[in-house]
Amino acid sequence: MFAEYSSSELLSIFAMQGVAGLILFSVFVLMALGLAIIFGQMGVINMAHGEFMILGAYVTYLTSNVFSTYLPDFFSIYFILAMILAFITAGALGALVEWAMIRHLYHRPLDTLLATWGLSLILQQTYRTVFGPREVGVTLPDWLMGSYQLTETIELPINGLFVMCLALGISLAVALLMYRSRWGTQVRAVVQNRPMAGAVGINTGKVDRITFALGCGIAGVAGSAFTMIGSTGPTSGQLYIVDTFLVVVFGGASSLLGTIASAFSISQAQSTMEFFMSGSMSKVLTLLFVVLILMLRPQGLFTLKVRR
Amino acid sequence: MSLLLKSKAGIASLLPKKDLYGFLVLALILVVVLPLLLDIFRLNLVGKYLTYAFVAVGLVLCWGYGGILSLGQGVFFGLGGYAMAMFLKLEASDPESTKIQSTPGIPDFMDWNQITELPFFWEPFYSFGFTLLAIILLPTILGYIIGVAMFKRRVGGVYFAIITQALAAILTILIIGQQGYTGGVNGMTDLRTLHGWDIRTDNAKYIFYFLCVFLLFVCLFIAQFIRKSKLGRLLVAMRDKEDRVRFSGYDVSNFKIFVFCIGAIFAAIGGAMFTLQVGFMSPTLVGIVPSIEMVIFCAVGGRLSIIGAVYGALLVNFAKTSFSESFPELWLFAMGGLFIAVVMAFPNGLAGLYNTYAAPKVDAFFSKLFSKAAVNNSSPPTPPPAKPTNTKTESVSLPQGVVHEQ
Amino acid sequence: MNMTMHSRWPANTARTWKKCLLALAASLAIGSAQAAEVNTTGLAVTDTTVKVGILHSVTGTMSISETGSVQAEKLAIEQINAMGGVLGRKIEFIQEDGASDWPTFAEKSKKLLVNDKVAAVFGCWTSASRKAVLPIFEQYNGMLYYPTFYEGLEQSPNVIYTGQEATQQIIAGIDWVTKTKGAKSFYLLGSDYIWPRTSNKIARKHIEKLGLSVVGEEYYPLGHTQFNSVINKIKLKKPDVIYAIVVGGSNVAFYKQLKAAGIDMTKEKPLVLTISVTEDEILGIGGENMVGAYAAMKYFQSLPNENNKKFVADFKAMWGKDIVIGDVTQAAYLGPWLWKAAVEKAGSFDIDKVRAASPGIELTTAPEGYVKVHPNHHLWSKTRIGHARTDGQYDVVFETKELIEPDPFPKGYQ
Repeated sequence: MFAEYSSSELLSIFAMQGVAGLILFSVFVLMALGLAIIFGQMGVINMAHGEFMILGAYVTYLTSNVFSTYLPDFFSIYFILAMILAFITAGALGALVEWAMIRHLYHRPLDTLLATWGLSLILQQTYRTVFGPREVGVTLPDWLMGSYQLTETIELPINGLFVMCLALGISLAVALLMYRSRWGTQVRAVVQNRPMAGAVGINTGKVDRITFALGCGIAGVAGSAFTMIGSTGPTSGQLYIVDTFLVVVFGGASSLLGTIASAFSISQAQSTMEFFMSGSMSKVLTLLFVVLILMLRPQGLFTLKVRR
Repeated sequence: MSLLLKSKAGIASLLPKKDLYGFLVLALILVVVLPLLLDIFRLNLVGKYLTYAFVAVGLVLCWGYGGILSLGQGVFFGLGGYAMAMFLKLEASDPESTKIQSTPGIPDFMDWNQITELPFFWEPFYSFGFTLLAIILLPTILGYIIGVAMFKRRVGGVYFAIITQALAAILTILIIGQQGYTGGVNGMTDLRTLHGWDIRTDNAKYIFYFLCVFLLFVCLFIAQFIRKSKLGRLLVAMRDKEDRVRFSGYDVSNFKIFVFCIGAIFAAIGGAMFTLQVGFMSPTLVGIVPSIEMVIFCAVGGRLSIIGAVYGALLVNFAKTSFSESFPELWLFAMGGLFIAVVMAFPNGLAGLYNTYAAPKVDAFFSKLFSKAAVNNSSPPTPPPAKPTNTKTESVSLPQGVVHEQ
Repeated sequence: MNMTMHSRWPANTARTWKKCLLALAASLAIGSAQAAEVNTTGLAVTDTTVKVGILHSVTGTMSISETGSVQAEKLAIEQINAMGGVLGRKIEFIQEDGASDWPTFAEKSKKLLVNDKVAAVFGCWTSASRKAVLPIFEQYNGMLYYPTFYEGLEQSPNVIYTGQEATQQIIAGIDWVTKTKGAKSFYLLGSDYIWPRTSNKIARKHIEKLGLSVVGEEYYPLGHTQFNSVINKIKLKKPDVIYAIVVGGSNVAFYKQLKAAGIDMTKEKPLVLTISVTEDEILGIGGENMVGAYAAMKYFQSLPNENNKKFVADFKAMWGKDIVIGDVTQAAYLGPWLWKAAVEKAGSFDIDKVRAASPGIELTTAPEGYVKVHPNHHLWSKTRIGHARTDGQYDVVFETKELIEPDPFPKGYQ
């Protein structure tokens, strides 16, 4: 397969493939980080995670429309503002959902799966009613389009770079929050020993709510970023959930490092296999690979040793 | 195995009065009332809903009693359905009716994909006996493999649910991608005859309906048997306090594997009946979304009640058909709301509602009817009503302790 | 004598009256016999109305695509009714939702044919939905008007296919790109299911017949969203043409990522030729991400003929001025008109008579120009190549001189 190319061409191909892998990795990290926080904290999988992402995407769409109609001069910066708005909106909705629904179900994680699935159906139909069943197109500002020519043969897509930086930034921010802030300490205390944390005066309910809202907010930002690379429609959230859940479960609960490691391995496996064989087969093999490893090590890659 | 047989004194204890009445009422509705009330088109639809009930009953055992939530029952439904579809498709692809194909004698979708001879794993499906065996054995084997891999390592709860979801996704992608062998996203359509007997006539549909009801009752009896046996009590104990059961010396994983396989077999039988009644099989019944819908049928009916599961399947599907005819937009709102309501407001489903509110009145009515003593009607001899299910303060997934005998 | 029986009328008048009455009775008898002839199989036809069915997905993932078809069919029905209806009867439609679920399509089609006894059904979009309902239409002898361009390999007496089949769409497109653009190497890409796979098989055979080369062929699952790897592979192989049959949500991801990877389609190195992106899909993709690509379809909203200008104006008047109209939407619009023409030619709503009358039916008022029904129930039509603009519309750069004959079972391509 590689016989007819010069070594410099091969080098650039591998470099670009590496970049593609990194972009996929960043996408997975963004998708999964929000969910991992919630899963680690409360042991619930939010099946409506995809719909929170799409909420962020729709907010971006609305922002882009508002800017292009009323503030065309500032169009180039709308994207940053859109992401902030997406974070706030998704976070607010997350807090509301947690207060109304999730907090009653903490002792029944399996039921939370079902309840959040119902929520996802409701959100999908809401999007369909408000925005129409068709996908909506989000216009990107110019500075995000095109690619950056590193060398003659290596090109880095700018939005891919943006996604990578965003993933890095958010991971760092979350890590800082978890390990350097007061709230982070409280979260880790509740994860390790909820009754005791409550006994020493931590308001576990409030911590839960903020965590859930944060997780959903990150999902909103991810969805906002994905308008650059994917579609925005009522059912687009469904495209991401299987991958996201697997990344989170594979990584193990309550470990940011686990999520990142799992996102890395799954994304590299998938993009490498995609290069050598057809897309469907590589998807199936990646999923099988993850499932098999989970069968051998069901608690995921990294877990916290806790007393139960 | 011996645990299944260590039930109290024989058949009579298998069906205490309450359960017996429940079974009889259900039988009455399915065998007498519905066939008389509905035309064959709607009755065929009811037959289709009943095939989902198979899955729901299996889930009652797995999830309600065993605490194992499987979000991938579509996989087993699909295994049974595709096995039956392969047999019927081969029969419909005899060289005579396929003579316009470039390779007559093989299914049409293989021809479109330029496959020139039948793949080896299709060959055994020429035999009806093998097909029936496959419907029972394939899901058992797959269920066993998954069960051993998961339960021996004490994977449960959310992890298990997500993994079953991934399996459903994998199987869907495989089926759609390998369209030469499976018909792909179109599924296997145009199934016509079973051993020469046309399955599309109205007569055939009546026969399949009653066959479906019969098989459903067989499954219900098996489920009831398991419930009433010592295994049933162990399942409940495992669901609520697994470690204690383990400390008592039982190998918990074996029981989980067993009940998971039973659920798988039920689902596969449902899938096969689906293929027979609807006349085709497609990967849209295998994936994540239908698998989760099957869970909601179980939840609505009451995850602890096997008869409730049947009602749940029927009611939700009736609602779906009528809503989608009149208010297609509202249907998704309604279904989403149903998921949430069932989980939050009435976690024991319709059966729970019935037990809390209706059952005492029904019991009072029947006792009055049957009591010969005309004197003592001031003190109604009603049995104490079921403990109302207490969901907010429980620290386990479902009401613990005494499971109300339904 | 009659005259003595309280008759106020003179004899001639009485006789005239009798003649009139007789004539009236005779014409009523003939009329009802004719009315009976118009509908001998118990379809839902009265003296003033006739019922038809519309069966598309209003909810679910396919609703994105099928909304346009529903709108087109309703527009056609409204226009036909304004002209007096079919055989003097107004069309009433019963709309059912397939919900993007093939078993539901099967169930609803049975309801329409058996319970509602509609005289025709305009519906379906994906091949899977059509395959699911086909046995029912054949068993209960209904007639389905199916609007989507598809892979062919089917020819049912109970379906009229108003969209192009694969050879019509593909062969002309490949011929054009090799003759006009001198393309020599092709990279075939598609979503993983029957339509792209079958289409690419036909494409490959034709490319190899022309002595040219296929340098890659890839399929990705429906709903896949990460195409960077295949874009890298494409860059590696440097084909002249990317032949893309990506479907659904994957479309949006693919074209956005293609652009982000630095492939400018307006430079035509490589050139992108697709058969799966209509104006509807560009709404989701974004005109600026699609500009420069070529599409092979039989209809584009920007076709300059008079029929189309009127059609687009009527469509926008009914459904909103920002609406776009793709190939499938136009094909769906043809359905009711073709049915009306067949019924009026047959003088009856009976499916067998409509079927016998359909081959040869011509429509000169079609927005795409002119179509004719072929005995194999497909349509003779021209194929056009469109060049995507930034505003989401296509410039029509090529049109086949002749109508292309539909050939759903092409010899040598199977």
